[in-house]
Amino acid sequence: MQRVYMYSRFLRLWHWLQALLVITLLLTGFEVHGTVQLFGYEEAAGYHRLAAWTLLGLWALAWFWHLTTGEWKQYIPSPIDRILAMMRYYGLGIFKGDPHPFHKDRWHRHNPLQRMAYLSLHIMIGPVIWISGLAYIFYPYLAGYGLSLTPIALLHTLGAFLMLAFLIVHLYLALTTSDKPLGFLKGMITGYEEIEDEKTTSA
Amino acid sequence: MRLLANLLIVILAAGFSVQSWSSTAAQDPSTADHSKFEQLQGPFATGPDVTEACLGCHTEAAKQLHKTSHWTWAFENPVTGQMLGKKNVVNNFCVAAASNWPRCTSCHIGFGWKDDTFDLTSEKNVDCLACHDTTDTYKKFPTGAGHPNYEPKKWPPKKGKTRQPPDLVRIAQNVGTPDRDNCGNCHFYGGGGDGVKHGHLDSSMHKPTRDTDVHMDIDGLNFSCQTCHTTGGHEIAGSRYATTAVDKEGIDVPGRTDNARATCVSCHDTAPHGAAANSKLDEHVDKIACETCHIPTFARGGRKTKTWWDWSTAGRKDQHGKPLVIKDPQGYDTYNFKKGDFRWEANVAPEYRWYNGRIDFSTLGEKIDDTGVVSINRLNGSYDDPDSRIWPFKVMRGRQPYDTVNKVLAVPHLFGKDSEAYWKSFDWGRAIKAGLAATGQEFSGEYDFIETEYFWPVTHMVAPKEEALSCQSCHSRDGRMAELKGFYMPGRDRFEWLDLGGALVVLGTLGGVSLHGLARLVASRRRRNP
Repeated sequence: MQRVYMYSRFLRLWHWLQALLVITLLLTGFEVHGTVQLFGYEEAAGYHRLAAWTLLGLWALAWFWHLTTGEWKQYIPSPIDRILAMMRYYGLGIFKGDPHPFHKDRWHRHNPLQRMAYLSLHIMIGPVIWISGLAYIFYPYLAGYGLSLTPIALLHTLGAFLMLAFLIVHLYLALTTSDKPLGFLKGMITGYEEIEDEKTTSA
Repeated sequence: MRLLANLLIVILAAGFSVQSWSSTAAQDPSTADHSKFEQLQGPFATGPDVTEACLGCHTEAAKQLHKTSHWTWAFENPVTGQMLGKKNVVNNFCVAAASNWPRCTSCHIGFGWKDDTFDLTSEKNVDCLACHDTTDTYKKFPTGAGHPNYEPKKWPPKKGKTRQPPDLVRIAQNVGTPDRDNCGNCHFYGGGGDGVKHGHLDSSMHKPTRDTDVHMDIDGLNFSCQTCHTTGGHEIAGSRYATTAVDKEGIDVPGRTDNARATCVSCHDTAPHGAAANSKLDEHVDKIACETCHIPTFARGGRKTKTWWDWSTAGRKDQHGKPLVIKDPQGYDTYNFKKGDFRWEANVAPEYRWYNGRIDFSTLGEKIDDTGVVSINRLNGSYDDPDSRIWPFKVMRGRQPYDTVNKVLAVPHLFGKDSEAYWKSFDWGRAIKAGLAATGQEFSGEYDFIETEYFWPVTHMVAPKEEALSCQSCHSRDGRMAELKGFYMPGRDRFEWLDLGGALVVLGTLGGVSLHGLARLVASRRRRNP
């Protein structure tokens, strides 16, 4: 076992702030949508806008960080056989107590499925939400260009459902699949993670 | 010491006198004391005699008034070209002025409009006092065709209170700028009684509280009608027939704009909510009229307004054979044998429609489609029209007679001493025949009653800002805008298939990870205890 500094300070800040903002946005967003009632419409809409602008700023920093530090390479999709191996593990091996088919290190933090999931979060779900979100904020000024709120709201709601589903799967895997109970949670707080020494495969 | 005290008294007295001078100046800025005028010493036998005296100095006044719809009861809509005004339109209260002149024209700014022969060029028949009486004692008699009573007379006839004739000399010597009471004596009682017609104009507006009207609040701004309905040469700004649904000119600056302050924007500007307010509010002005949020309900001054009038049930008698009148606990008629069934409401939430200021009216003799509810006036506007806003309306509904063969709304001859009048004979056939004849139309002999609706833009009784509608009033599933279709509104609208699909995905995911977790738990137990 070795203790690896896996999650840098910025990454942890980004992760936790993003978590807070996404949960706030989901709650207030579904209030604006009329699904839940928590704060009142005006307050919900106000918090939603504030959280949205903060998240946009954070995402801008995160994109810059990924691009300048080379961290973006950690999202390059793995070969198909490794993805299949991961699927086999979650579908079968995990029940039999098989060892994890992927060994993580500082520069290979994500298993092949995580790479796919986070990549789609960054280049699909994220953009669907922020592009439709910006249009939602500015549509009174865009109405002259024939832009209607209907497709904007539709895409934004779709993005919200995808984000919520992502959050559920993420929480399940992050909180229950570490070797030690809540090991990943601890890692994401302290930055350090305990890792098996043996070299299996890399993503 | 005494000197000091004297000095103090002098200073205080000077202070008081300055103060009293300035407050009188604010109340009465007139440069003329009409009681000193030789021409106004009387005696005056009739209203027109007073007018002749007025015109002796105010030589152009009657000519100015002759051009206004207050006088002509006719108004050419500059947008539609329709000839409107009380003389030409039909409504679903007493339906039409034609054939009922002397009753209706008790609110005309003239004397003697008792039938079609009234001379609209007569100068001495302009009634100056209706608008310029400051004593609050000038009253036109309800059936006097615009005249006050010159002898003591009972109203209602026979069993009512005796009305003394107004003191025309005193009134003439005390003329001045109109106040709320002058306008209100007619406009608060439209439709035949207090608050009947508009609901946002009623007797509570003589001395409104802040809650009733934030601008006219007697303890606050205390606006008169002309503060907004700016006047010049007896023309008055602001029209219900040709509404300014959108004012893009901003604050009204002399020399730059039209000098009319009859829109909210002419004082409050086009971005009225201020930097401290939620910026989303100013972003609503491109779709929402100010009145929509700021007049959350009308008939807010403790009076009720009429919202339903069913003529078809008129004429009933009680078990003793006497004409039937039923009143609600507050004393409002819910049934009157002369007029049928009524519904009255207070604190009424308006109905909302897209509106660009153009209303098409049904005028006398216009063919109607009798297959459904007849809209006597039809609003124009839509979400896609950049000049439309969501406006609040009082929608007056009721049932009224129409000619089932010729498909025209009947003009019932209601009031009059002749036996054709409905309120004498209680025979609809005769009343409709006489009314239609008076407007040059022929009656087929067949009539029935049809449901109609009439839209009245709600513009008065602006509430204090803390009473304005909240976001949630409209942004909720069954909010105020539930009826307005054709656009997406957050909080109200959703894509049901997307919400269903989304819920399935989210619940499916939850179920999936739960099962996966459970299976792992079971599997690991088995591994440990095979």
